[in-house]
Amino acid sequence: MSWFSFMGALEIGLIFSLVALGVLLSFRLLRFPDLTVDGSFPLGAAVAATLISAGVNPFLATALAVVAAAVAGLTTALLHVKLRIMDLLASILVMIALYSINLRIMGRPNVPLITEPTVFTLLQPAWLSDYIARPLVLLVVVLVCRLLLDWFFATQTGLALRATGANPRMARAQGVSTGRAILGGMALSNALVGLAGALFAQAQGGADISMGLGTIVIGLAAVIIGESMLPSRRLPVITLAVILGALVYRLFIALALNSDFIGLQAQDLNLVTAVLVTVALVLPMLKRRLRAKGD
Amino acid sequence: MLNRRPATPPSTSARVAHRAPGASRRRALMLSAIMAGVLLGGAAVHAAPPPKSVAVTAIVEHPSLDMVRDGVRDALKAAGYEAGKNLTWQYQSAQGNTATAAQIARKFAGDAPDVIVAIATPSAQAVVAAVKTVPVVYSAVTDPVAAQLVPGMQASGTNVTGVSDALPVEQQIELIRKVVPDARRVGMVYNPGEANSVAVVKQMQELLPKFGMSLVEAAAPRTVDVGSAARSLIGKVDVIYTSTDNNVISAYESLVKVGNDARIPLIASDTESVQRGAVAAAGINYRDVGLQTGRLVVRILQGEKPGAIPSETGGKPQLFLNAGAAQRQGVTLSDSLLKSAAKVIP
Repeated sequence: MSWFSFMGALEIGLIFSLVALGVLLSFRLLRFPDLTVDGSFPLGAAVAATLISAGVNPFLATALAVVAAAVAGLTTALLHVKLRIMDLLASILVMIALYSINLRIMGRPNVPLITEPTVFTLLQPAWLSDYIARPLVLLVVVLVCRLLLDWFFATQTGLALRATGANPRMARAQGVSTGRAILGGMALSNALVGLAGALFAQAQGGADISMGLGTIVIGLAAVIIGESMLPSRRLPVITLAVILGALVYRLFIALALNSDFIGLQAQDLNLVTAVLVTVALVLPMLKRRLRAKGD
Repeated sequence: MLNRRPATPPSTSARVAHRAPGASRRRALMLSAIMAGVLLGGAAVHAAPPPKSVAVTAIVEHPSLDMVRDGVRDALKAAGYEAGKNLTWQYQSAQGNTATAAQIARKFAGDAPDVIVAIATPSAQAVVAAVKTVPVVYSAVTDPVAAQLVPGMQASGTNVTGVSDALPVEQQIELIRKVVPDARRVGMVYNPGEANSVAVVKQMQELLPKFGMSLVEAAAPRTVDVGSAARSLIGKVDVIYTSTDNNVISAYESLVKVGNDARIPLIASDTESVQRGAVAAAGINYRDVGLQTGRLVVRILQGEKPGAIPSETGGKPQLFLNAGAAQRQGVTLSDSLLKSAAKVIP
C-alpha cells in the first residue's frame, strides 16, 4: 500500500466515521433501525454541492446540508412517533422519498465540484499538499464531533436519550419524554450523516445521485468492527472504537485493492473485503478461546 | 516466470553429458550453465527500457464499459505495448460504490502510473479530483464539460484529455423520422438518476419541436420500472426512443414486449438492443470508443502532453436494423434505409 493510498483510506475512513457515529446513535443507543442514512448521506452531498456551485460560501453550504439532513431524520422520527408507522418502514419511506428530493435539489443526477472552492481548499495552507491537508482537517472535525457527543451523552438530555433506547418503559416512568428523545436523537444522527455526505462531495469532486448506495452497510460494518476491536460499556470508549472501526474498514478496502499479486482480480474486491473483515472479527474470539484452553 | 525458460538447456545438455566420463560431464555442466547465464543476461539487456504502466478504473462491471477497457488494451497492444511483457496493466472496478471509486483514485495517485484511464463519469470525476500530476484519459463520459473534467472540448492545458461517447441528437431524430415518417409524439423511457440520459432528454425537448414533434417522458428509476413506464406510454406516443440508459438496456426485453403487443416501433441507441428486438439503432460501438481511447493513451506514452491533446467524440454511429421487429411493431423499412444499414437482422 502506497502512502497516497494509505492517506486516501484514512480520509475516506474519517468521513465514514461520522456516518458510523450517526449509526451508533440510531441503531445502538436509540435501538432505532434507521435506513434514512442511505438518503441523508447523498442529501448532505446534494445540498452542499448545489449551493457551492451556485456561489454560496462552502462553510455555510456545509452547515445548511447538516440542517437538511437533520430535517430528514426528524421526518423519519415523526412518521414513527406521531403517525405510529413502524420504525424500519418509516425510515425506508423517507429514504426512497429522498432519492426524488435529491434529484430535485441538484436538478440533474450529478453536480461536480472539481473546479469550485470547498472547505478543504479554503482551509488548506499553501505549503501543505491536499492529500495530507484533507485528512488533517477531517481528523479535527471528527474529534470535535466525538468530544461534543461524549459531552452531550453525559448531560441530562443525553442520558434521557440513552435511557429511551435502553428501556423505554422505565424511561417514561422516570419522566423522560421518549417521543421527544427519539425526535432529537434521529435528527442528530442524520445530521452527522449529512455532514459526512457534504464533506465527501467536497473531497471527491462532486455529488452523484448514486452515492448513497450502501451507506448504512458501511456504517454498520464500522460500528460492529469497532465494538469487537475495543469492547467496552463506557460511551467515550465506544465512540472512539466506532471511529477506529470506520478507519479499519477503509484500510481493509485499500489492502484488498492491492491484492492483485495473489491472483485476485478487480471483481473479487467485495469478496476480499468481506473475508478480511470476517478474519478481523473472528481472530479476537479465537485468541480468547485458545487462552481459555491454555488455562 | 519468463526468465526461467532459458534455464532448461542446462538440464538437457547435462542429460546428454551423462554418458560421457566424469570430467567432461562436469565441464559440460559448467558450459551449459555459462550458456544459460549468457542467454539470461542477453534477455536482461534486451528488456532495458523500463516497462510503461497504465492503470484503468471503471465505476462498475458493465458490457459497454468492459468493451471500452478491452478496446484500450487492444489499441495498446497494436502499438507494441503488451500487458505482462513491456506494459504494467492494472484494472480496478469500484463495483458500483462511489466511496470505493474515490479510494481507487487515491491508490492510482500513489502508484503514479504513466497514464490513468478512467471509464464513466463517477470514476472519471473521482480520478480527476484526486490526481493533478499524472496524465488522465477519461472515456465513455457523455458530457465531460458539464462533469468539469475539462474546461472545454479543446486542448485543456491540464493533465486531462479523453473520449466522450455523446451521440449527436440531431442524427438520432433523423433516424426516428426515417423509420417512422409520420411520428409526431416521441416517447422516451429513462432513469432520471442517470446523468447521460437526462442530458439526452433535455436536448430532445429542445430539438424535437423544430421538426414538429413532441417528447413524452416516462421515468424508470429502477430496472423493474422499465416495463410499467413503457406501458404508461401506450396510446400517447407513435414511437419509443431510448438512449444508452443503463436501466433501460438492462431490461430491454420488457420494453420489446410492450412494443410488440401495442405495435409501437422501438428505436434504440445501442446496436445490441436491435438484436434484442428494437427496430433500429444508430449506435456507436464501445469497442471503437475503447480503441480510440487507447490511441490517446499511446500518444501520451510516446511523450505527448495530455494538456495539448483535444478531447474527442468517440466512434462513428453504425446503423443496425431488425426486419422481424419492424414487422411486429408495424413499420415498413424503406429500401434506402436498408441499403445504408451496416447490418440487417432478419
